Amino acid sequence: MIPVAFDYVRPTSVDEAVAALVAGGEDAKVLAGGQSLMPVLRLRMAAPSVVVDCSRIDEIRGIREEGDAIVIGAGTTHHAVMSSALVQQHLSLLAKATASVADPQIRHRGTLGGALAHADPAGDQPAAAAALDASFTIAGPGGRRTVGASDFFVDYFTTAVGPDEVLVDVRLPKRTGWGAHYEKFNRTAQAWAIVGVAATVRMDGGRIAEARIGLTNVAPTPVRARSVEAALVGAGDAAAIAAAAQSAADGTSPTSDQHADAEYRQHLARVLTARAVQKAAGL
Amino acid sequence: MRISVSVDGTVYEDDVEPRTLLVHWLRQGIGKVGTVVGCDTSNCGACTVLLDGRSVKSCSVLAVQADGSTVTTIQGLSTGEEWHPVQTAFKECHGLQCGYCTPGMVMSTVDLLSENPSPSEAEIREGLEGNLCRCTGYHNIVKSVAYAAELMGGGSR
Repeated sequence: MIPVAFDYVRPTSVDEAVAALVAGGEDAKVLAGGQSLMPVLRLRMAAPSVVVDCSRIDEIRGIREEGDAIVIGAGTTHHAVMSSALVQQHLSLLAKATASVADPQIRHRGTLGGALAHADPAGDQPAAAAALDASFTIAGPGGRRTVGASDFFVDYFTTAVGPDEVLVDVRLPKRTGWGAHYEKFNRTAQAWAIVGVAATVRMDGGRIAEARIGLTNVAPTPVRARSVEAALVGAGDAAAIAAAAQSAADGTSPTSDQHADAEYRQHLARVLTARAVQKAAGL
Repeated sequence: MRISVSVDGTVYEDDVEPRTLLVHWLRQGIGKVGTVVGCDTSNCGACTVLLDGRSVKSCSVLAVQADGSTVTTIQGLSTGEEWHPVQTAFKECHGLQCGYCTPGMVMSTVDLLSENPSPSEAEIREGLEGNLCRCTGYHNIVKSVAYAAELMGGGSR
């Protein structure tokens, strides 16, 4: 279908984008890569009065090293994220989760910031961002603020980014040398996760010294499996990992839908956590 | 809104409504009907074109977003009478049945081989995961891509 008519503005700075959103009011919508927004516009599930195209804002694109962290501009495409030597070296979990998003065409247009701000519970990068202790810079009419991952994801398709705000960048502490794996259970025809597990571990002497686990699509927001993370410390074989993974569904509140019921999603959370950690740890 | 887009080597200036999808502008605005609308849901990839050298689904991009950019459609691949090697490979390997998915398959293949000149079979299948063939003729499509890699000097592993 053809989208409902809307006004279109194309700011070249974050300040201009914020001003456009303020002027546009509640019905203004940010367009980043458009790979989630365009289908919704075509189906007329959204009818914004004005679309603020942020794809020409240079200051929100690119990947840079800042001390112990990697900072990724919100407008950086999935393809650029997964191909980045910096990301592959220091945040291999993010590279792997991003490589599993949709397909090449969509990864060429879709952006990391767009996917995070869209906050689809079945999206792959929110769980990776949660596991990687990401923090988010958000710009609004009152200036800029920083929000941690636990406060960023608020509810289904809802983040801390307000209607008159723009996500500027994502800061992720380096996990250099950590093993990583993103284990996703999905229909072959579509890349959305029925359940996904983002796992990254630091090994020491053949045993897990530290672990970070994020779960996709078992709650309105990505879930950190903190009890599993604690139980994994010292694990040195598949049996110990499987035992630690038994608590992966604790604190989850999955929905039931045509793909899987809630109980099955919790079962998947335990099974896929064990697999993801084994692969991340090389055990 | 006024846009200026280079398509298949020619610069087109046009006034478009912001809601116009790139694929609709290509077909109805400037007559590039080689690019087809398939599913209209971002799934099938039949409308794939190269936007500044990278494959995109032109049903999922606004024409205004292409302003100032370079687009290559299936109609811009051959040079004169000479076919692009990917087109030749699809013909030689019979990489099409009804042909509807072919423009998108060919454009995705061009993008895939530009990034990975010697893809394995698994890499070919993964590289084309954004393109659906409802005739399910994937086997010959994969063979076509491997042959195109060979024609272009990369070869398939």
